Amino acid sequence: MLAWTIYITFFGVLVLMLLPRDNARAARIVALLTAIAGCVVALVGAIQQTNPGEVTTIVKADWIPAIGANYYLAADGISLVLVVLTGLAAVSGILFSWNIEKRTKEFFAFYLVLIGGVYGVFLSFDLLLLFVFYELTIIPKYFLIARWGSTRKEYGAMKLALYSFVGSHLVLIGLIAAWVVAKGQLGHASLDLIELSKVHFSAGFQHWVFPLVFVGFAILAGMWPFHTWAPTGHVAAPTAGSMLLAGVVMKLGAYGCLRVAMLMFPEGVREWQWAIAALAVGGIVYGAGVALVQKDFKFVIGYSSVSHMGFVLLGLATLNTIGLDGAVLQMFSHGIIAGLLFAVVGRMVYDRTHTRDFNDLETMQLGKVIPFAGVTFVIAGIASMGLPGFSGFIAELQVLMGAWQVFPKMTILAGVGILVGVAYTLRAMQKAFYSDAPPKPVDHDHPMEPITVAERFGAVMLISASLVIGLFPNLLMNWIEPCFKSPLFARLLSGGAQ
Amino acid sequence: MIWIVKNLWLIPALPLLAAGIIAVNKQPARKLAAGLAIGSMALGFLLSLCAFAATLGQHGEGAFRETFSFNWIQFGGQWMSIGWVLDPLTAIMLVMVTFVGMLIFIFSVGYMAHDKNFMRFFNFLALFASGMLGVVIANNLLLLFVSWEIVGLTSYLLIGFWYHKASAAAAAKKAFITTRIGDLGLLLGMVWLYAQTGTLNFYTPEHTGCLEASALAGMVSKTIFGGMMVSTAIGLLIFLGAVGKSGQVPLHVWLPDAMEGPTPVSALIHAATMVAAGVFLVARVYPLMAAGAAPVEHGAPITTALTVVTWVGAITAIFAASIAVAQNDIKRILAYSTVSQLGYMMMGLGVGGVAVGMFHLITHAFFKALLFLGSGSVIHGCHEEQDVRKMGGLKKYMPITFVVYAIGMLALAGFPLFFSGFWSKDEILHHASLWSVSKIPFYLGCTGALFTAFYMTRQMGLVFFGSYRGHEKSAHGHSSHSSESHSHDPHESPAVMTVPLIILAGFAILLGVIGTPAWPWFDAYLNGELAELQIKFSNLAESAGLMGASALIVLTGITVGWMLYGKRQRKTAAEKDVLEAAQPAIFKLLENKYFIDEIYEATVIRFNAFAAWLCDFADKWVFGGAVLLVKYFTIGSSWLYRLTDENVVNGGFDAACGSIRGSGGILSKLHSGRVQTYLRIIGVALVALIIFLIWGRKA
Repeated sequence: MLAWTIYITFFGVLVLMLLPRDNARAARIVALLTAIAGCVVALVGAIQQTNPGEVTTIVKADWIPAIGANYYLAADGISLVLVVLTGLAAVSGILFSWNIEKRTKEFFAFYLVLIGGVYGVFLSFDLLLLFVFYELTIIPKYFLIARWGSTRKEYGAMKLALYSFVGSHLVLIGLIAAWVVAKGQLGHASLDLIELSKVHFSAGFQHWVFPLVFVGFAILAGMWPFHTWAPTGHVAAPTAGSMLLAGVVMKLGAYGCLRVAMLMFPEGVREWQWAIAALAVGGIVYGAGVALVQKDFKFVIGYSSVSHMGFVLLGLATLNTIGLDGAVLQMFSHGIIAGLLFAVVGRMVYDRTHTRDFNDLETMQLGKVIPFAGVTFVIAGIASMGLPGFSGFIAELQVLMGAWQVFPKMTILAGVGILVGVAYTLRAMQKAFYSDAPPKPVDHDHPMEPITVAERFGAVMLISASLVIGLFPNLLMNWIEPCFKSPLFARLLSGGAQ
Repeated sequence: MIWIVKNLWLIPALPLLAAGIIAVNKQPARKLAAGLAIGSMALGFLLSLCAFAATLGQHGEGAFRETFSFNWIQFGGQWMSIGWVLDPLTAIMLVMVTFVGMLIFIFSVGYMAHDKNFMRFFNFLALFASGMLGVVIANNLLLLFVSWEIVGLTSYLLIGFWYHKASAAAAAKKAFITTRIGDLGLLLGMVWLYAQTGTLNFYTPEHTGCLEASALAGMVSKTIFGGMMVSTAIGLLIFLGAVGKSGQVPLHVWLPDAMEGPTPVSALIHAATMVAAGVFLVARVYPLMAAGAAPVEHGAPITTALTVVTWVGAITAIFAASIAVAQNDIKRILAYSTVSQLGYMMMGLGVGGVAVGMFHLITHAFFKALLFLGSGSVIHGCHEEQDVRKMGGLKKYMPITFVVYAIGMLALAGFPLFFSGFWSKDEILHHASLWSVSKIPFYLGCTGALFTAFYMTRQMGLVFFGSYRGHEKSAHGHSSHSSESHSHDPHESPAVMTVPLIILAGFAILLGVIGTPAWPWFDAYLNGELAELQIKFSNLAESAGLMGASALIVLTGITVGWMLYGKRQRKTAAEKDVLEAAQPAIFKLLENKYFIDEIYEATVIRFNAFAAWLCDFADKWVFGGAVLLVKYFTIGSSWLYRLTDENVVNGGFDAACGSIRGSGGILSKLHSGRVQTYLRIIGVALVALIIFLIWGRKA
């Protein structure tokens, strides 16, 4: 059933293409309905999966037998979490792009292609298929930014696309090497992820292939110091674009790290564990530090994403159940919260004020003019600071608990990153919405457009998602937890060879 | 299990529910908001009394303790359960918080009557109460931390309640960030504790909790660098959280600034309850702080952790008391006094044990809430004036406020025998004098007591005695507005504000009864023993000496204060303070709070700003530069390729291409550069692929 998330989304693209060019309203509705259908299918499908600990095959068919490629879609608990996240992000992104007037139809078509690709990555258990979907997401990203973006959009789009391609080529090289070695061991060509995760690659081989594949994926997860695409890309992108970039695209990278790099090369991970943790903590502290001095509102959120994704990578580096649990939960949590933050900055503020410079925003009294945006940002900020009650707290707590067992000193540094996180969030909150600067006279001829119903819906949806998971984390932990107890991950977690 | 244990969660849940209802209510409904908030506290108070009753009469085999837990979340291969605990510590705090909270809520109705954000105020207050009560009942460090953060957040929101004032917004930010530094310690302590014991529950029916013997033994037996026991290290990290929340040195800087919030907030959050949460936290994890010590006959066991607690407390007590001497803002004087008294509580915990520190916490909550609300009544009556130099003579205008304020002041100063503060402070000093590690905290405490009596007398003298100096500022416009001048006189506050004051004043006197050396009920109650009335001569003689000494200290302080500020009144608001005239250098140092803020500004904050700037610089020029370098390299090589291409390769190629160009025209139509065409092709191809994969294969 979950496979239909992909089919429905691409079917939506087809329908959009058949619409008359200037009917923006119809395009919006088709896109929204498609996204809602995808989200509902994702939710229902996820709930129906009775055993989230096991990889449940959805469809498996020969694709290119000569190289062992299958059309193999399947899901385990981790996929379920991320598929549901994609569904939520897709719907909310459309709600926050309701005001797109320029080539509405194409905008949503690219948008849905991106979503379809993301669904595909999270459900693929065949390396080639996964890679195809992964690449499929790069093209719409480029066009979304370059055509509908702002602030140095061509630069941002090109930087993002090039970084993505460099990353995926590192992955490709690594995977081809692994495929060759595996073919020799298995006696037949295989791209089946589960089969490959049982192959024992020699330690020497893992030593150089693992970093290749891991870094290749981690570039997209915003790993420091390969993060610079993220802030510029986020800032240049249109609101929905940055919501998806932070919300789901960065998760593709982290997912690839876990699902492909770590699963296939467990000894490589253990060898590089310290390096990954160091880079992750570097990203946490560094991203927070840079966010603290930005003058552009959106850059603050952009760098905060780098910082928060550092927690995902730190969780992955722990190689213990609790840390990995935290990493996956943090993927979900950050997807929701960062999406919301970008929605406030891009849609609620920038689309109305046409500026993101704190100096200008300070004179606008936005807390009074658009109080809904202010309150939403305060709530999102609270969630982003990792305050209890929201999903971020329980995720970061688990990551810290996991990390403490392996690298206590780095955990303390990560804690400092949280502290700076509080500082930049409060700074942005007060500067943008609750400033005491002398107000500029209000332009009564062009009053600010009030917050629309679509925006309200989107904000409430994302806040509730974060809140529900914050209060009842078990809803997702019930899916994540059994995965790491399953035989698939045994080799990664047991610590032994073989 | 008694019903009240099972339903203890109702006490924090009621104000939470009230906050929720107020929040979703769109219409301005002031009465509803205030009614809900006060009602939830009143109900909570009744339930707390039931809980309190349940813990009474339990003596013989230790204190009453029952817990209730349920599974919350599954991670790291095991269930994390959370829950609550009812023991004397919980019960006494519950009663105090709900009762004081209820009175302050009622007071706020009058104080905030003219504020247009009345609803928001009660919403935050109720949310705060919920968090605070959560801290109190938690039987789990995680639940405690969750509530602790809610409390911190609402404190931030309430300090910044008047965010259009720049100072309020800055104070809110400062408070939040400073306490979060402490919270980081608590968070890491919690993570470490979990790594060590595998549980965060304090007590369980099976005695497997992290504060119970088996877990403690495990932590005591392990050491880290320098031979420090793991239990000590964890205890100190948790104490860091308490230092932040309870405004202990060196994280005290936020608390005086927090006075930018509305006065009822200062009374409830920054005097009676939240800032005491740090003291409560230390009391709650006391077994951890005391782990590994040899049993002692009386007082507190000697451990590294508790020694640190004592020293931090003692230094804070004297440090803040000395600053309070030179402040002119009525609320800031009280704020430094709060910091100082919290230091006493910490010292009490360190030298005397849970009962000693907690007794002062409870008595302080009442008289400090009284003082803050009294100052609120004064500020309200003087038309939002907070500078004590511009007050004076209020005794005449505000008689009720004067009487209750005097009671609060005498209790805080520790006036002998008739006031609760005397008994609780005496307990602390008594144990400090017997502390075997060092006698210095005892002397610091005595000096602090002297200062306390002095600055409180100074405040009384300046505010209530002499003649009113508030007219001065409008003196020049006086003749033209003579008809209005009467309305500028201070006025007494309405009954909704004075009645809570009177009730609190009653408790500021009476509470001393439960902790006198002759009838140490409080101590016995917390330890689960039966309190006996022991009027033995030997007992009295033992404590009489110290009592006499401390009474003498207090009387000296009051007398000196009265000589300088009561008998001899300043004539104008602008006149120099007598101390300033006598010792300008010292006064300036104290007035500027030892320049701690400036030191932090110059070191920590500047370093942080520099680090952030450095990261930003690196991002723009190092990483950005690398990207640019790659870019220019690529562009450069592309130019090179193109030149080669055009001049070398193309020469021969062009001819051949001529024939191909015709056919290329057809293909070039596909490369129209039009996005929708690309998309259409992608879409159609994908659908075709999917159709092929799904149905095509079966055929």
